[in-house]
Amino acid sequence: MVPGDLRYTKEHEWVRTEGDLATVGITDYAAEQLGDIVFVELPEVGRTVTQFAPIGVIESVKAVSDLFAPLGGEVVETNAELATAPELLNSEAFGGGWILRIRMADPTQIDGLLDAAAYDALISEA
Amino acid sequence: MAQSHDGPMATPLADRHAALGARMVEFGGWLMPLQYSGILEEHRAVRTRAGAFDLSHMGELFVEGPGAAPALAYALTTDPAKIKVGRAHYSMICFPEGGVLDDLIVYRLGEERFMVVANAANAGAVSDALAARFGGFGAVLDDRSLAMGLVALQGPRSAAILARLTDVALDGLRYYAIAEGHAAGVPALVARTGYTGEDGFEVFVDVEAAATVWDALLETGKAEGLLPVGLGARDTLRLEAGMPLYGNELGPDTTPFEAGLGRVVDLEREGDFVGRAALEKALADGPRRRLVGLTVRGRGIARHGYEVFAGDRRIGAVTSGTLSPTLGEPIAMAYVAPSEAEPGTIVAVGIRDQRVPAEVVQLPFYRRPA
Repeated sequence: MVPGDLRYTKEHEWVRTEGDLATVGITDYAAEQLGDIVFVELPEVGRTVTQFAPIGVIESVKAVSDLFAPLGGEVVETNAELATAPELLNSEAFGGGWILRIRMADPTQIDGLLDAAAYDALISEA
Repeated sequence: MAQSHDGPMATPLADRHAALGARMVEFGGWLMPLQYSGILEEHRAVRTRAGAFDLSHMGELFVEGPGAAPALAYALTTDPAKIKVGRAHYSMICFPEGGVLDDLIVYRLGEERFMVVANAANAGAVSDALAARFGGFGAVLDDRSLAMGLVALQGPRSAAILARLTDVALDGLRYYAIAEGHAAGVPALVARTGYTGEDGFEVFVDVEAAATVWDALLETGKAEGLLPVGLGARDTLRLEAGMPLYGNELGPDTTPFEAGLGRVVDLEREGDFVGRAALEKALADGPRRRLVGLTVRGRGIARHGYEVFAGDRRIGAVTSGTLSPTLGEPIAMAYVAPSEAEPGTIVAVGIRDQRVPAEVVQLPFYRRPA
């Protein structure tokens, strides 16, 4: 089971909200599918992002995959630790492996994301 | 050996891979393990201890008869008559136009008996080409690709592990040598060859016996820290060791010279071989491009197909690239214009919308400690 207090996308991002701030990462399912993650390319702080647009890149030894913005808004912080420790995405997907924080432009976008039960159903079909 | 009509073939170790929880991938017409515990962990096991690989997808082509050596000499770029019995050499089979059909290891098992090991995806084409080129030589081709299993043991602890399982005297078995004997109690050909840059062995057995050898290696190797290793780490290991992969660095459009492997084209010898005229011309003309090593000096990983630039000029493309697990920096191989191929040259790799600086470096990236 994935954490029940988060929201999810079909692209395997997770979102934790506090007020109008949303913390974003990728799920441990996504991290495991990618394999050992060795490089993360993040958007610049201050950039405005559109919901579901590609905003970064996650590379494992084998594969390159896009990171999508689960919500629209302004990037207010990125996880600096990932520059030297990208493996946090594998080892602490829902914790120390958080990727960035977005100040949401439209908090109602949250309601369109998957809840934990729906995301669990998605990955158990895969 | 399960062979379905519409899917990839399964190796004799398919049930072992499933039990180990391997992630499987189709490669060269076979369903192969990509990784077990993870590419980085498996890679490090081979560099520091030992790893076991299922290579049963590779093709084993036996060539026998009084004309075996001259037949191979005509079919390949090397002259296998020069191999001593019990030794092997790296070779290539080229098209008449000079492009590479496959890269091979040729083992001499007897005066009139050779084993040619081909890449899985090319095994059928190599078998067909050899059969077509052997006419009139007095050589018989026996394609045993589906009848043989192959398990590789690679890494600094390999000899210690295998010594407990074989009657072959490993101390006397030099690099690129092969001996007949037993492994885990079953008849085996044991070769000191590999594709990782480490000391190690390749153990050829009948397909029914592959699981016996695999199980024994994993059990005996456990105390030495041996791990099963998939194709993911096989690729990062060979790339660090600067070894080409057919389909990436080698193909019908590349000559051995461009790949820096002119040493396997034996033009000293007398007699014709397939591709000779084209290769002599290619050598005289000089290479249009050269295979180089690149170390990326900025942020990002160069991958297969990314373009390489000198200033604004596109001078080539990356053939293979990864983050080197051993060196901790991004490494790649690329074909570039000969004018930009000298070590120390700074080029740029197009990584998404960036031009990231990279330095041409001498291959290999990694050489095992003496």
